[in-house]
Amino acid sequence: MMNNVPSLQIKELAFAYPDGNQALFGVNLSINKGERIALLGPNGAGKTTLVMHMNGIHPTMQGEVRIAGVVVDSKNKETLKQIRAKVGIVFQDPDDQLFMPTVGEDIAFGPYNMGLRGEELNRVVDEALTQVGMLEFKDRPPHHLSFGQRRRVAVATVLAMKPEILVMDEPSSNLDPASRRELADIVRSLDVTIVMVTHDLPYALELCERSVILSGGIIVADAPTRDVLSNAQLLASHRLELPVGFSLS
Amino acid sequence: MTVLAFISVSVSTPITRWPAFVAFFLLLVTTAVLSKIPLLLLFKRALIEIPFIFFAILMPFFGTGEKFEIAGIELYREGLLAGTSIVVKGTLGVLAAVILSTTTTAREILRGLERLKLPAVMVQIASFMLRYVNVISDEMERMKVARESRGFVATGIKHWKVLATSAAALFIRSYERGERVHLAMLSRGFDGNLPSLDNNKATQRQWATALSLPGLALSLSLFFLVIGW
Repeated sequence: MMNNVPSLQIKELAFAYPDGNQALFGVNLSINKGERIALLGPNGAGKTTLVMHMNGIHPTMQGEVRIAGVVVDSKNKETLKQIRAKVGIVFQDPDDQLFMPTVGEDIAFGPYNMGLRGEELNRVVDEALTQVGMLEFKDRPPHHLSFGQRRRVAVATVLAMKPEILVMDEPSSNLDPASRRELADIVRSLDVTIVMVTHDLPYALELCERSVILSGGIIVADAPTRDVLSNAQLLASHRLELPVGFSLS
Repeated sequence: MTVLAFISVSVSTPITRWPAFVAFFLLLVTTAVLSKIPLLLLFKRALIEIPFIFFAILMPFFGTGEKFEIAGIELYREGLLAGTSIVVKGTLGVLAAVILSTTTTAREILRGLERLKLPAVMVQIASFMLRYVNVISDEMERMKVARESRGFVATGIKHWKVLATSAAALFIRSYERGERVHLAMLSRGFDGNLPSLDNNKATQRQWATALSLPGLALSLSLFFLVIGW
């Protein structure tokens, strides 16, 4: 029964910034448990704004956002805490995400806020680090790691909270090709719903069976990734392009 | 805390009891040797105090009251005493602090402060500073490289405007980073408490070791007071 509840359900979500700039004009989106979807769209399409609604950082002004059936309500402190434990956001710059003095303490930050202590906390931290292959870096300060390693640790900080849904903002940006592939292997190995905000279309094709294009504050396409990417006209009208020389076959 | 206690003891000993200071100095050197710090390194690092004692060195030359002459230079007795006092006590304090920072990582110092019940907010601020000082100095370095790549060389006063603008940009970037970090913290359920992973209590032995340095200094100071040197 539980499995039929979508991980994320957004209905008619609209949002305007306090300066009057409207970013979202009625977004509808439903993501089932275990799906991996790519959220595509040009700069300024409202992707980040949409993500910030998923865990109640931006209050829902109009419409509704549900995470595993629970309404995101930024005024209800108790459910908000649960929601934030369920929605793990990996931010683009790992230096924003890793703020504690050592990798291990940073991973512990989320589970600690959820009330874990002592042995259990330690076990969760080790588990998350193992999932991204960074266990031996537990006691290192983040600034001694390479960028790719920091990105992986950033993913682990969120995995440690056992999220229902993992949101990654530009996961492949600034990664060298090997780190990019390693991260893809990690993403594939995870058994969790994933929303991936990206401009890296081949990466989306590689990892996500379904793609959604957000443009001008609405969803303009929602279909299997291969279909979306093979529609050259659709891509072009929303400032999206496959890399030169890249072919879908 | 040992360092603080040691400094308090040495500062509160009057300068006229100079044998006490010789003893304090020897105590510090012994500590340094025991903790296997090369003495040369210790003194090199202590050079940091030079700008601070500069004025203290000038004090004997300007002042009021009793005067006397050494090698044709007029000196003021009170200034000389105050100046020496600052130099000697300052040096002792700096040496003690250098020993602490050489033997203990910044992280451990923070943990120590936390255990000594320093308000959590202060420990948190210090630990964020520790984490981001590298990030921000890297950013500053990149801005410098970007400036110089476009042919900018800071030579004189007329370039201050550019430097000031850079500083402002750096401040705004850091401020915005602060906001993003806060967002990342909120996303992971931050509610005002940072976790601390270890709950080790200091053992009695550790307390004894920690108290030995200021303790010895205090007893020496009292000893010289009693025998009236």
